This record gives sequence, C-alpha cells and structure tokens, in this order.
Amino acid sequence: MLYREAGQFKTSYASDQAVFPILQDRIGIVVILLAAFVAVPLLGDAFLLQAVMIPFLIYALATIGLNLLTGYTGLLSLGTGAFMGVGAYACYKLATTFPEVHVLIWILASGFVAAAIGVFFGLPSLRIKGFYLAIATLAAQFFLQWCFVRIPWLVNYNISNAIEVPTRTLAGIPVTGPTASPQTRYLITLTIVVIMTWIASNLVHGRIGRMWMAVRDMDIAAELMGIRLLPTKLLAFAISSFYCGVAGAMMVFLWYGGSEADTFNINQSFFVLSMVIIGGLGSLLGSYLGAALIFILPILLRLVPPQLGIPIHPATAEHVSFIVVGILIIFFLIAEPHGLARLWQIGKQKLRVWPYPY
Amino acid sequence: MNLLYKIFLNPFLQMAAAPDLLAQTLWEGLVAGVLYALIALGFVLIFKASGVFNFAQGIMVVFGALTLVGLYDILTRAGLSFPQAAAFLALALTLGVMFLLAFGVERLVLRPLVNQPDIILFMATFGLTYFLIGLGELVFGGNPKVMISQQLYLPRGSIDMKWFGGLVSFQKIDIAAAIIASVMVVVLSVFFSKTRIGRALRAVADSHKAALAVGISLEQIWVIVWFTSGLVALVTGIMWGARSEVSFALEVIALRALPVLILGGFTSIPGAIVGGLIIGIGEKLGEFYWGPLIGSGIESWLAYFIALVFLLFRPQGLFGEKIIERV
Repeated sequence: MLYREAGQFKTSYASDQAVFPILQDRIGIVVILLAAFVAVPLLGDAFLLQAVMIPFLIYALATIGLNLLTGYTGLLSLGTGAFMGVGAYACYKLATTFPEVHVLIWILASGFVAAAIGVFFGLPSLRIKGFYLAIATLAAQFFLQWCFVRIPWLVNYNISNAIEVPTRTLAGIPVTGPTASPQTRYLITLTIVVIMTWIASNLVHGRIGRMWMAVRDMDIAAELMGIRLLPTKLLAFAISSFYCGVAGAMMVFLWYGGSEADTFNINQSFFVLSMVIIGGLGSLLGSYLGAALIFILPILLRLVPPQLGIPIHPATAEHVSFIVVGILIIFFLIAEPHGLARLWQIGKQKLRVWPYPY
Repeated sequence: MNLLYKIFLNPFLQMAAAPDLLAQTLWEGLVAGVLYALIALGFVLIFKASGVFNFAQGIMVVFGALTLVGLYDILTRAGLSFPQAAAFLALALTLGVMFLLAFGVERLVLRPLVNQPDIILFMATFGLTYFLIGLGELVFGGNPKVMISQQLYLPRGSIDMKWFGGLVSFQKIDIAAAIIASVMVVVLSVFFSKTRIGRALRAVADSHKAALAVGISLEQIWVIVWFTSGLVALVTGIMWGARSEVSFALEVIALRALPVLILGGFTSIPGAIVGGLIIGIGEKLGEFYWGPLIGSGIESWLAYFIALVFLLFRPQGLFGEKIIERV
C-alpha cells in the first residue's frame, strides 16, 4: 500500500529517464545511504566493519566491474582475479615509488594500469566468443599470476614475496596500514564504491551502455547498425578491468593490509563470477545482492551453529558450508535463473498491486 | 643476437646433443598429454550431448578417486581381509556412486534448468563443484591419500632402456595409463558409432528437438552421458592418483586441461585426444628447453598461450564444427 506510484506523473523527459522514477525508491536509496554512511560506522563493531562490510563492498565493486563485461557486453571472462591483482600490485608499486602523492589517488590510478592490461588480453575477443573466450581469458589469469610470483620488481624485491601496505594518512588520520581504524577504512571504501557505482549507472544508462547491450544481444546485428565492434568490446574490457583493478587495490590497501601472490588466484575469479550470475547478469543492484549472498552467506553459516549451542568442528563447518553454498547456488539458479535482481523486480511488482493483485 | 641464439638455436642444439633426454621429455609430455586428453574427453562427452560446459569435470576426477580409496578404507576396516577383493568391491561400489551422481545431476540440476542459457548451466556445474568438494572432504577427509594401485593390479616400477647412449626410463604405470586410455577411446568410439544408445547420443548432440521428435528420451541420454564421463573421470583419477597421490590438488590439473579443449574444439573426441597430446608434449618441451630462459613454472600458462595462438587462426579449435552465424 505504501509502495504505490499512483499520482506520480512524469512531466518531463528528464523524469521519464530517471534511474529511480518512483518516489519511494528515491526515499529508499537515501535511507540506505544514510544507514551505510552514518549508522553502520557508529553502531557496528570492528568485526562487522572489518570482516563483513569492507570485503562486501570491495567484492560488490569487482562484481560491478565483471558485470559490465559479462552482463552488459556478453563477454565471459575468467580473468577477474588477475585484473584485481594487477590493480593491487600497480597501486603498491606506485605508492612506494612516489610516496609524496596521496595513496587514494594511486588506488584510483592503478585502475588505469589494470585497464591497459585488460585491453591487451581483451584483443582476442574480436575473434573468439563464448566459452572459448572464457578459456582464453584464463590465459591472462595464469600468466599474470605467474608474473606476481616470478617478478620480484613488483614487490620491491621483498624477500617474503608479499606486499606490505605502508601507512599513509589523510588529514592526519591514518587511512591505510596497520594503524588505520576500521571506521576510517570503511568510510573510504564506501565513498569510492558509491561514486563508482554512480558512474557505472550513468555509463550503462547512456549511449555506451546501449552499445554494449546491442553487442551482447547480437554482435553481427550491432555491427550492421553502425557500432564498431573492436572499440566497443575493448572499451568494455578497459572499464571492467578498471573497476576490478580499483577493487583489487582496495582489497589489499583497505582490507587485507598485505597480500601474497596467491591472493589473486583463479578461485577469486570464479568467486566474482558466481556473484555476477547469482546476483543477476546485467544489473547493478544484482551485483550488490550477489556479493552479499555469496560473501556473507558462508560467514553466517560458520556463525550460526555455535550460536545455537551445537558443537561443531571448524573444519566440518567449513565443509558443510561448501556443500550448502553449492546447493544454494543451484537452488537459486533453478528458482530464478535471472538472478536475485529479478527476484527483487518480481517482489516490487507484487508490492505495487498489493493488496488487490487482480 | 645472443638472446635470439638462446631462443631459436640453443634449445635445438641441446635436443640434438642429448637425444636420450629429449626422448625422456617427449615420453613424459606424452603421458601428461594422455591424462589431459582423458579429462578433456569427459568435458567433450557432456558438452556434445547436453551443451553443458561441465566445470565440475575436474572435481569429478578427484571425487571418483577419493570415493574409491575411501570405500576401500572402510571395507578393509570392516573386516574384509582379502585386499584385492576389497579393492574390486570398492571399485564396483564407486561405479554405483558415480551412477547415483549422474542420476542426481540429471534429476536435480539439468532437468529443472532445461532450455536455460549456457552460462546458467555453467554456473550450476560450478555449484556442483562446491557441493562435491564439501561432500568429499566431509566424508573422506581432506588429507592426501595413497591410491590402491597394487590392490588393483596396476604395475609398478619402471623399464629402463639404453637409448642413444643414455638411460631412458618408462614408468610402467605410465605405459598402463597410455594403454588403458587408448582402449577407452576405442571402446567409446565403437560405442558411439555402433550401438543404439551411441547413435541416440549423437542424435541428441546434433539437435535436441529432432532427437525428441524421433522418440529419444533426453533424460535417459543425459544420465548415460554423465555416467560415461563419470567413468572417464574415475579412470583418470585412478591413473593420476597412482602417479602421485589422491588429493584436491588434482582439481588444479583439471584446469590445465582446459586449453586442450579450446585447441581440440569443444565438440570433437579426436580433437580432445590430439589436443591433449599437443599440449602435453608442448608443455614439457617448453618447460624443459625454454623454461630456464624466463624463469621456471611457465607450465602453468604455456598451454594457454599455445591454445590461444591456434585459436586466433581457427576460432572453433582444430577439429571443432565450423561456427556459422546467421542474423
């Protein structure tokens, strides 16, 4: 009854094309943003911020990145983990070579390095499609991962072959490194993720997004309509890798505080891909929902049995959570192959006509 | 100049200088290739018949081998004193488990997802992978296990031959693997071309609708094809387990078999075999002769690059069906 659009008339083209055309949606997004910016850092404890919210936001950003490529442009990529790694290593290298420039600038700049690498590995996409392309992007994954291990220059000839994040400050408050408080890191992560989501939303609602979707739906037809395939596909690879690179840099600088070469392995790629598909291909909201489900679910599964007083061995809990996550992935695919975003749409439609569905 | 010499001349000079080492490397590449080919074969079978890119094939290899070893453990502890009997009983039971798996996959995963886009089915096999990893570790434990090769009458030791003034050693288990793999390929191709079920399988691969129209049961075919690739996975698992050990690390090796697929084409059984051999031999030669130039460990991505180069010239793989696009 509350969720009703009666009386909300679209009187201009601008309001017709709005991302959130319904007033209730606009109120909802403001409430969510307020809660995220104010309530969570005030009320949440260090565990919630450090182990749940920060990684969730970072994965959501990586998922948006892959969604731009797979969901909007229809190019299946399994190299996400490596592109995140490129961002992380580029950021580390830039931040230690030029310490006088602020680290937040380098986090964003490292996205450009990832974009360049992404464009290079996206070149075969003009020739090959579908699963063949997916396996070709695996070449990027394994090659880049090998580079992280074998090129000591990337980690400043560190003996342990790992990144250790230096401490950097913003207006006197440490934002990276071991002394930074979870609250600060959370707020910075949130700000970057929100801004980049807003940019992504504008991209996919505009001309570029329409070009991508035309290529996804049928690339030959898109070509006949005057869309140049190579620049379009490479742009998708570039922007997707940019997002993944920033997510990877944030992962190391704002979440882990350090990383080894194995951090950005193939499982990372599959993890993000499963978030995209469970959340919903071609949906920004779905990226958040997918990241929430896939990342937070195993944490909950590990937390629930001790809360109920069931003694369960940690290793067993780990295995059971694997089984449950596997079953849930299949269950959600069967229940709604178009992802959680579609479930939300259906729910919204139900709400609009409630309580008189006929 | 020196670099060019190192890349283009020196490796070949090394090969000519020590033909025994070359023979050994070739043989090892061949054996690795056979095992890659077996994994790829499992992929191809399922892709042909149901259009599913079965990401779970790698974990099915591990799961099959793990079930075999685990069941053998349980049987011997239950008091079955004759190890060979226990081993073969475990083998039979494992076949049963693989059949149940195929049946369950068809009933619970494929049937509700019929007619969905490829990527959704791919994701479903991803869920299946998680499920099998969890189940395998929960039931049989995650520790590496020793394959019961002796109890299954698999040969051990090696044959050493004096070739070109050097010693070339052939592991007997590798010879057995090569023989078993070739037998399996022959049996499968006879099965596909001569039997009624095999013809039905090929009909399904050509067109689901047409196959349904002539009265072929898709459900039945899917169970059969998943069971067949479960069987291939089990054999691969036994062979690979006998060479090293049974552990979840094998799953990574399955990822190395993916370039075999793009090289050979997703839909071609001979492609899987030839692709497997090319990748296996190419990988070992590259690692041995060119690896030292750029640091070791290039095995992990060399296969992908070989496959990628082939792909740029033949986007459908060596033996894949020509991709024809209509607007």
